[in-house]
Amino acid sequence: MVKPVYITGIGSVSAQKTYDNETFLEEVRAYSDTTITVLDPDYKAYIPRAAARRMAKGIKMSTVSSKTALDDAGLTKVDAIIVGTGLGCIGDSEKFVSAIIDNKEQFLTPTRFIQSSHNTVSGQIAIGLGCKGYNYTYVHSAISFESALIDAQMQLGAEEADHILVGGVDEVVAHHVNTHRLIGHVKQNPVASDALLRSNTPGCVMGEGAHFFTLGHKKTSSAYAELVGVRTYNTLAEEKLEETVLAFLEEHGETPESIDLVVLGNNGDVAYDHYYAVLTKGIFNEHPQAYYKHLSGEFDTASAFGFWLAAKMLRTGTVPTVVQLNRAPVKKPKTILLYNQYRGENHSLVVLRQC
Amino acid sequence: MGILSAIGNNVAENYRSLSTASPGISRITKIDTIHKNDIMVGEIPATNSELEKQLGLPENSWSRSALIGAIAAKEAVAHANIADLHEYRTGLISGTTVGGMDKSEQHFYDYFDNDNEWHHINGLHAGDSTKKIAQSLGLEASFATTISTACSSAANAILLGARMIKSGRLDRVIVGGTDSLSKFTINGFKTLMILSDTYNTPFDDQRKGLNLGEAAAYLVLESDKVVKKTQKAVLGYVKGYGNANDAFHQTASSENGDGAVLAMEKALQVAGIAATEIDYVNAHGTATPNNDLSEGRAMLRVFENKVPDFSSTKAFTGHTLATAGAVEAVYSILALQNNTVFPNLNFKTPMSEFQLRPQTTLKTKELHTVLSNSFGFGGNCTTLLFSKEAW
Repeated sequence: MVKPVYITGIGSVSAQKTYDNETFLEEVRAYSDTTITVLDPDYKAYIPRAAARRMAKGIKMSTVSSKTALDDAGLTKVDAIIVGTGLGCIGDSEKFVSAIIDNKEQFLTPTRFIQSSHNTVSGQIAIGLGCKGYNYTYVHSAISFESALIDAQMQLGAEEADHILVGGVDEVVAHHVNTHRLIGHVKQNPVASDALLRSNTPGCVMGEGAHFFTLGHKKTSSAYAELVGVRTYNTLAEEKLEETVLAFLEEHGETPESIDLVVLGNNGDVAYDHYYAVLTKGIFNEHPQAYYKHLSGEFDTASAFGFWLAAKMLRTGTVPTVVQLNRAPVKKPKTILLYNQYRGENHSLVVLRQC
Repeated sequence: MGILSAIGNNVAENYRSLSTASPGISRITKIDTIHKNDIMVGEIPATNSELEKQLGLPENSWSRSALIGAIAAKEAVAHANIADLHEYRTGLISGTTVGGMDKSEQHFYDYFDNDNEWHHINGLHAGDSTKKIAQSLGLEASFATTISTACSSAANAILLGARMIKSGRLDRVIVGGTDSLSKFTINGFKTLMILSDTYNTPFDDQRKGLNLGEAAAYLVLESDKVVKKTQKAVLGYVKGYGNANDAFHQTASSENGDGAVLAMEKALQVAGIAATEIDYVNAHGTATPNNDLSEGRAMLRVFENKVPDFSSTKAFTGHTLATAGAVEAVYSILALQNNTVFPNLNFKTPMSEFQLRPQTTLKTKELHTVLSNSFGFGGNCTTLLFSKEAW
C-alpha cells in the first residue's frame, strides 16, 4: 500500500520576513520594482564568516532555509535530499563566463566553476548533514520544485525513506534579469506589489528565494499537511486545462466542491495570466482564491513559496488578507489546490490536505 | 536506444567503433579556445549546421546540446517502434549540465548590442534542452523533467525513469542525457587541473586526467504491461539502481570511495543479486588520479577483491559529463546483446595502490549482468544494473 506523505517541517528565505517560522505574514514588505531580492536572515548565525565570504547566495539562502525546516521538524538527519532549482547558483555561472571572456580564458580560479554545478546546493547540504543518502537536483524551469516533490512522494509512499529534505532555490542575478528583460520576460517598468495583477503589461517581476521542507510518511504532532498529489505537464492547451484539473482531482478522490481554497501562480504577466482565469472564472469561480507572487516575485521555484504558504495556511487555519485574490468568504481551509505555470508551459497541480 | 557521440552518429556506428577499438579522441576543432593545443577531446564530427539540417531546422536555431539531444532521442523512439507516443502515459527525463551554455558564452555581451541572438537567451535554462527534445518528439501534456547532478545526471535520469515505471506513474519513459562541449566546461575543468594533455588512460598508474567529450544518448524504458501488449523484443532490463552521496567534498571523491560503495551495494540490493553474479562492470573510469583510485578501491570493497571483468569506455568517447551514464547504459546493453566486454584502451601499468587490471582487449563471453557506474561533483554516485534476462 502506498503510504500517505506529510509535510513535517518548513523553512523559507524569501522577499518577505518568512525566515522566522514563528510569524506568518503579519508584516508584509511592499515593493515597487521589476526585481525583488530576499530579506536576508542573519547568515552569520548559520554559516562561519570565512566560509560565507565566497559562498554563492543560493547556498547561503538554502543553508538557512533547510536548517529552519529541519529544526522545525526536530530532525538532525534525513534519508535523502532533493532540490529543485531553475538555474542553480547562476550568479557564479555568470561570473565564470564573464571571467572567461574578459580574461581570454586565462587567470581563472575554480571556485565559481565549482559553485556553478546545478547540484551544488544539494551537495553542500549533504556535506553539512553528513547525509550519504539519495541526492538529486531537478532543473526544469517552473516544475523544478514539483519534480522534487514527485520524487520524494514516490520514495516515502513506498517507504524507501522515512524523512526527506525537499527544497527549491533560485537567485536573482543582474545579467540574467537584463537579458530576460530584453526578450520581454521581465517587466520594463516598476510595479507596486499590490498592483501586480493590474499592471496590464507583459513580463514578470523577478524574484528569488529558498524554500525547504521535510517530508515523511509518519504523521507527526508538528505535521502541517498531507501532500495528497502532485502532477506536472510540459505543455497544456488552455482549453484542456479545466478537464485536466478535474481528472487530477478525481484521481486523488477530490472534487471542485471538496477544495476549500485555490492557490494560483498569477505573476501579473498580461500575456499568460489568462491561464489562471480559466479556473478563477470557471470551476473555481465561487471558491476562495489566493495568490502570492506579489510577495515572492517570480522565479523558477516560486511555486515553493506557494507550497510554503499553503502549508502555513493549513497549519494556522487562516488565509492572510494580503494573499486573497477574490472576495469569496474565506473559511478555515482544509483542502487546498495549487496551480502554477510559467509562460504557458510547465504546468503543475498540487493538492494539500489538513492532517 | 539512440546515441550520438565522438565514435558514432547512431547505435550501430558506436558499436562498430567499440568492437574495432576505434576511439574518437582528437584535438578540438569546433571551439576556438586558447587551450586547443593542451587538450584532447571527444568531439562529435557533425557541425551545428549539419545537425540542424538533419532536424529540418534553420541555421543557428538551437544550442548544440539540444540539437544532438533531439537527434539521439528520435533515434531511440524510432528504434523502440513507437507509433503513437501518447498511447501510453509517456514521460521524458533528461540529464544535462551544460544545457545551452555554448550559445550563452558566445553571445554573453552581444545580447545587449543587437537582437540577432536573442532566441538563445532562454536556452541557458538547463530545462530548455529537454523542452526542445520533447518538442521534436511531439510529447505533450506529459511529465518532462531535467536532472542536473553533474556527471551522474543521465544515470540518475535512467534511475528515476525506472522508479516511475515501477511506481505505476508512467508506462513508458524516454531517459538519457545530452551535453555538448563548451568553453565553460573546458575552462572549468582546466582550473581544476584534471584535463589530460594527451589520450586519457583510465586506471593506468600514469594517468594524467580526463578528455572532455560530448554526446547525447537516450533509452526507451517500458513497463511489463506495455511490453506484453505490444509483443516487443526487450533489449535489456534495468534490474537495479542506487544513488548515494559521498558527502565528502564538492569536487573530489573520498579516498575509499564510500559513496561509490553505497551506490553499488544499493543497486545489487534492488536487483536482489550478489556481487559475485556481476559479469562485467562498465566503470566510471574518467582517468583522473582521484576518480580511478577511489572507484578502484570501491570496486575492491564491493567485490571483496574479486573484481569481475571491468573497463572504462572513456578512452573512446572522452568524459561526456551529464551524458556519460546514458552513453554507458547504451554500451552496457550492447555488451549484453553481443556478449562482449569492450576494451579499456590505453592501459599499460596497474596503479601502485593495487593490482587492478581492466580488460584491455575485446573479450567475448556469455554476459547476463552488467553494472555501470557514474559519479559526479557534489559527491553524487550512481550505479545502474542491467540484465539480459528478466528473471
